[in-house]
Amino acid sequence: MPEVASDDAVFKALADRTRRSLLDRLFERDGASLGELEAELSMSRFGVMKHLRILEDANLVITRRSGRKKLHYLNPVPIRLIHDRWIDKYTERRVSMLVDLKTKLESRE
Amino acid sequence: MSTTTDPATTKIFEIYIKAPASEIWTAITDPEWTARYGYKGPSQYELRPGGAFRAHATPGMREMGLPDVVVDGEVLEVDPPRKLVQTYRFLFNEETKAEGFSRLTWEINETGAGFCRVTITHELEGLPGMAGAVSSKFNEQGGGGWGWILSDLKSLLETGKAMA
Repeated sequence: MPEVASDDAVFKALADRTRRSLLDRLFERDGASLGELEAELSMSRFGVMKHLRILEDANLVITRRSGRKKLHYLNPVPIRLIHDRWIDKYTERRVSMLVDLKTKLESRE
Repeated sequence: MSTTTDPATTKIFEIYIKAPASEIWTAITDPEWTARYGYKGPSQYELRPGGAFRAHATPGMREMGLPDVVVDGEVLEVDPPRKLVQTYRFLFNEETKAEGFSRLTWEINETGAGFCRVTITHELEGLPGMAGAVSSKFNEQGGGGWGWILSDLKSLLETGKAMA
């Protein structure tokens, strides 16, 4: 894993349906082994490993050892950082403008 | 993490912060610092095994009817500035108060180029109320949880300003 996951790595990791479904799966039930993920996604072990590697590089997935198993955990913080840096900044005012517009239009009826 | 814990009940939150480990340690354990980011309640730690942990309400929280101590717990392990293990319980909610204590581990690891990796491991087995409260849903009203707190801590230490 790079020392600091870049925004690029996070956007790249999120730009794939299978990887997003892996994150959703961990959101529902965290701490999954490779075998569990492989079985549920009906994908080859190699395919799942490749996607997990990209998610780990983006720090979106963190692994912990538990006995002989390697467990995968969702780390939601990089998405939080993207949200704070890129989403909040552009959405707050526009959303409130649309809400104002909707209120104005509806009150004229 | 003990082998008897159901791994699915543990939540991990990790962030990279460009600051010395000692500054991050202070920001986590000093009430003057915890008052500057996240929910901004001053946290008091007796930094020894068996010592008390108390997070106090802000004036705004008290106006909303929250108790003076909003989170309590016990310090289990202290290794400054690398590791702090404690128990952790919300007192402002009857369900979490009755459930009892979760276990929280803070780890700070220097990773080079001036960065530290800060990892929070929150063990929540048998604590569905607390697990719901700290879930990774980040955009609910009044919510935010650890992701939001860590993001704000990063902002404060790297830019001198919190976001909130």
